[in-house]
Amino acid sequence: METVDPGVINLIIFVLAIFVGYYVVWSVTPALHTPLMSVTNAISSVIVVGALIATGAGGSWAALVFGFLGVILASVNIFGGFAVTQRMLAMFKKRG
Amino acid sequence: MTANLAALGYLVAAVCFILALRGLSHPSTARQGNVYGMAGMALAVVVTLLVLPAPSVGTYLLILVGIAAGGGVGFMIAQRIQMTAMPQLVAAFHSLVGLAAVFVASAALLDPEAYHIVKNGSIKTASLLEMGLGTIIGAVTFTGSVIAWGKLQARFPKHIEEKIPEPVLAVFRLFMSSKPILLPARHVINLAIGAGIVLLLLVFMGTESGFVFLLMTLLAFALGVLLIIPIGGADMPVVISMLNSYSGWAAAGIGFTLNNPMLIITGALVGSSGAILSYIMCRAMNRSFVSVILGGFGETGAAAAEEGEKVAKAGSPEDAAFIMENAQKVIIVPGYGMAVAQAQHAVRELYDALTKKGVEVKFAIHPVAGRMPGHMNVLLAEANIPYDVVFELEEINNEFQTADAAYVIGANDITNPSAKEDADSPIYGMPILDVEKAKAVFFVKRSLAPGYAGIDNPLFYRDNTMMLFGDAKKITEEVVRALDP
Repeated sequence: METVDPGVINLIIFVLAIFVGYYVVWSVTPALHTPLMSVTNAISSVIVVGALIATGAGGSWAALVFGFLGVILASVNIFGGFAVTQRMLAMFKKRG
Repeated sequence: MTANLAALGYLVAAVCFILALRGLSHPSTARQGNVYGMAGMALAVVVTLLVLPAPSVGTYLLILVGIAAGGGVGFMIAQRIQMTAMPQLVAAFHSLVGLAAVFVASAALLDPEAYHIVKNGSIKTASLLEMGLGTIIGAVTFTGSVIAWGKLQARFPKHIEEKIPEPVLAVFRLFMSSKPILLPARHVINLAIGAGIVLLLLVFMGTESGFVFLLMTLLAFALGVLLIIPIGGADMPVVISMLNSYSGWAAAGIGFTLNNPMLIITGALVGSSGAILSYIMCRAMNRSFVSVILGGFGETGAAAAEEGEKVAKAGSPEDAAFIMENAQKVIIVPGYGMAVAQAQHAVRELYDALTKKGVEVKFAIHPVAGRMPGHMNVLLAEANIPYDVVFELEEINNEFQTADAAYVIGANDITNPSAKEDADSPIYGMPILDVEKAKAVFFVKRSLAPGYAGIDNPLFYRDNTMMLFGDAKKITEEVVRALDP
C-alpha cells in the first residue's frame, strides 16, 4: 500500500481538532467569554513559529524581513493577550 | 533535536492550549488554564528555536530583539488598558494575528526551502493553495479588524485629535463612526472582489508569481474593509467573534503550509471558538449570521416615534432609592451605557449599600449586552462584584416576576417587550430579559431615544416604569447617596 500523503494526515488532524474545539468551547461559561476571546487571540499567535523559521532560515533577505516583522507582531499579541487575560481573570472573585 | 522530538514537543504545546480553553469552564479554574496556555506558548517557541534551519548567534539575537520589542509593547498595553476598552483591544489584537499570517505566508513564498515545501524546483501546488488561503483570510482579518477597532474606539482622545489635521480627522471620523456605511451595490462589489480573489488564487497556484500574490493580498485587504464598514456598532459582538474565528482559520492555513500539526490544531480551536461565539451572539439577537454580515441593520427600522399620546414617567434618584431599600429583591440589568459612562464602580456601591440593608441583589446579563461577548461580566468583576451574584439570561429570567424592582442601567433593546408581542418589530423573536415582570422598573437613560434597533421601547410608558434621566454613573451615585441613612 502507498503511504498516506502528509497533507491528508494534516486534514485529519484539522477536522478532529475542530471537534475538540467545538466541545471545549461550548463548556466555557458565558461569564468568561471575553477572557476566552483574549486567550484564543494569544494562542493563535503561535503562528510566531512560522515567523521564527523565516528569521532563522538564513535564506533570502526579504524573507528575513517579513519573518522579523512577524515575530514582533505575534509577540505583541502573545504577551499582550496572556497578560490581559490574566488581569481579567484575577478580577473574578466569589462572594465573601 | 530531531524532527520527531520536535513534533512531540509541539503536541504537548497543543494539549496545553486545549487545557487553557478547558479551564475557562469555571472562574475558579480559569487562571490555572491561562498558565497552561503560557506554558504551551513558551514550549512551542523553544522547540522552534531548537530546530531553526540555520541557527547562528546573530539570528538568536535578532529573534530576541523582536520578541522583546513586541512583547514589551504588548505587555505594557495589557497592563494599562481600561476594562471598558477591552472590545477595541481584542479587535486590535486580531488585526495583528491577521497581518502576522500575511507576513509568514510572504516569507514562505520568498524562501520556500526553509519550510520544506519545494518539490522538483518549484513549490508544491497544495502548499501554494494553503499559503494563498492563509494569506487571504489573514488579510481580511487584518483590515476587517482595523475597521472594527475604529468603530469600537469611536474617537481618539482629545489631545491626539488636536494634533491630526482636520481633513484627515474627517476621514477617521467617517470610518470610526458606529453608523453603518452603506455603499450602493455593495453586495455586487464584494462578490466581484471575492471572485477576483479566487481567480487570482488559481493563477497564483499555476504560476507561483509574486506579483499575483501581491495583487491577491491587496484585494483581500480591500475586501476586509468593505465587509465591515456596513455593519453597525451594536452588531460588533458578532463581528468581533467572527474576526476571532477568521484569525484562527488563518493560523490553520499557515499551519498547513508549514506542515505543522500544532498550528493546525490551534487554528482549528480558535476558529471554532470564534464561530461558536458568533452563533451564540446571533441567537441572542434572533438574527441570522448572514443578515448581520450583510449589514445595514437599524437603518431601515427607524420609525418616527409617535408624538403625544404616550407619556413616560420621570422619577428622581430619591424615589428609586426609597423603593429599592424597601424591596426584598432587586435585579440590576447592565448594558452598553454602563460601559460608556464607566458606571460599574457606582453600580458596585449600589450593590453594597442595598446588600447592607438586607436586600437581595442580583445581576442579569443578556448575551449581547455591551460590545463583545462577556463584556458586562468583566466590567462587574473589575468593580469587585462577586461572580456568583451575576447570572445569565436563562438562569435568571424567571426571577423577574418575584423581584420588587429592576434597575436597568444603559440597556434598552434587550428589555424591549416588542420582541415578544409585536410580530412586525425588527427585533421580534429576540430573547429578552423580562424586566417588565418586576413590580417596579427603573430605566437609567439619557433620553427616551430608541436603542440600536431604532425602535421605541413600550416599557418606558408603562405604569410601573420610572425613567431616571441622566448620566448612568451620576444617577447611580445619587441613588446611593439617597440610600445612606
